Amino acid sequence: MNRKHLILALTLLAGGGLSLQAQHRPAAKAKTPAKATVADPALKASLTRGAAVYKNVCITCHQADGGGLPPINPPLIKTQYVLGDKARLSHIVLAGLAERIEIDGEEYKQPMPAQAHLTDQQVADVLTYVRNSFGNKASAVQVAEVKAVRATLK
Amino acid sequence: MRPLSSFVLGAAALAGSALLLASQTNVRLAPDPDNAGLKLPAGFGALKVAETGGKARHIAVTPQGLIYVKLNRPKDGAGILMLRPTADGRATVASSFGNYGGTGAYVKNGYLYASSDHAVYRYKLNANGEVASPNAPELLVRGLKVGSQHESKSIVLDNEDNLYVNIGAYANACQEQDRTRGSKGIPNCPILDSAGGIWQFKANKLNQRYPDGTRYASGLRNVVGLDWNQQDNQLFVMQHGRDQLHDNWPALYTDAQSATLPAECMYALKKGDNAGWPYLYYDQQQHKKIQGPEYGGDGKKEATGNYLDPAAAYPGHMAPNGLLFYTGTMFPAKYRNGAFIAFHGSWNRAPEPQAGYYVVFQPFKDGKPSGQWEVFADNFSGSAAKTASGRADHRPCGLAQGPDGSLYVSDDSKGTIYRILYTGKKS
Repeated sequence: MNRKHLILALTLLAGGGLSLQAQHRPAAKAKTPAKATVADPALKASLTRGAAVYKNVCITCHQADGGGLPPINPPLIKTQYVLGDKARLSHIVLAGLAERIEIDGEEYKQPMPAQAHLTDQQVADVLTYVRNSFGNKASAVQVAEVKAVRATLK
Repeated sequence: MRPLSSFVLGAAALAGSALLLASQTNVRLAPDPDNAGLKLPAGFGALKVAETGGKARHIAVTPQGLIYVKLNRPKDGAGILMLRPTADGRATVASSFGNYGGTGAYVKNGYLYASSDHAVYRYKLNANGEVASPNAPELLVRGLKVGSQHESKSIVLDNEDNLYVNIGAYANACQEQDRTRGSKGIPNCPILDSAGGIWQFKANKLNQRYPDGTRYASGLRNVVGLDWNQQDNQLFVMQHGRDQLHDNWPALYTDAQSATLPAECMYALKKGDNAGWPYLYYDQQQHKKIQGPEYGGDGKKEATGNYLDPAAAYPGHMAPNGLLFYTGTMFPAKYRNGAFIAFHGSWNRAPEPQAGYYVVFQPFKDGKPSGQWEVFADNFSGSAAKTASGRADHRPCGLAQGPDGSLYVSDDSKGTIYRILYTGKKS
């Protein structure tokens, strides 16, 4: 029984790992944002600052529409990399991403450089912006969340 | 029995000549009514030869008119398509082989040469231009360096059985941290030992590796389009210039400067030449070789050292993926021995509008660029808005000349193969 459980756990783990390598965008399920969220002045300010960071740092590779450039630079539109685990997403920005990834059957090869020069606030802002632009809708990234990830890199 | 077989033979011969007659009189080689969506100079027309559905990189046309297409990724297990022409000037996929992706395709002296991202193969062609043994290519070169960018191994031959292979630098500007803001360049860039240049191998020797070849020219970041100029018996290449001047050095370059700088350069190469990557780039506005910011440059300081000047320079980031010297007689005289360049189209200009996605003509005189380049075939993208956003429908990549002098263009976005004809009066 124990062994069986172990195998099951390993299978799940492997499955999780694989889905990182070759994931598909989830079907576009437009979540209706809570009205309070949209009206949140702190979020609004973060989105404005995030748009400026995006234009200054991200736009060359990921493009104005967030669509990236197959097969070089990956899209930021409705992928689990963007909509999923916020710690992983912060880690990609702070430490870069060297591995090849696959999104919707297209392989993206060009490494993403680390953007460690950005402040925790700038990373939180730009990720909040990306998670709420290009058709994305996801929770804001907090400064404390970025700070925690940066601490693991030192 | 005899009379009957003679009759059958005679009837068959008659039917054959009738068919030949039909193909010559009833079916004419004609452009598509919309010129395949392209905008061309007066007197030219275009047709879609085939929709391959693959990432069609470089193409080669045999003297018999067969078209070989190298796919960047294998489609249904095959990385090379052979297209057989039909009477109306189009072609259909007749066979496919080669279980590897890549870019290079070149036909010369009865062989098809093709490259993966780390090796070069050749296939013997029969009298009809067909590959005799598609599953048994000869491996000419192996073990070529390949990173996560600039992987294409473009190929061309000279007239003395030498094979030239581009080995792209697997970095933007040889920084300590690739493409990272403020990261300095590595002194004596180690990438140049095995990449960032053109290597020369023998076109008829098997199993060559780096020690069997020669670094023919160095300091070339990434060459995708290249061709042998028959007029002055010289190799010409198109370099993809470095990216991200503004992203990595925002204090030195604005977005607008970064969108057009540096130039995409054409180089005429001799053995031993060094074009200077990563230490310098060519600024087509100042007409100067400028020290790279990773190596102490400030956008104005001229580079020192014995580095090659470009033969011609074009606006930045348009990605010249195909180069072809036109030697045919179908097109008017001004095109003969000039260069066609397929500009794949930019991505590195955002937030400024993107550019390219067209085939350019560069006039030549006596084997040297002479006069201003002009856009020859435009609108591969589908519209001005699609060009500006970079969301192009088609992206021109490979160029080849047909036996009748038609110009073939491949598209590695949707896999369309175009054929451009001259139908006007020759002056």
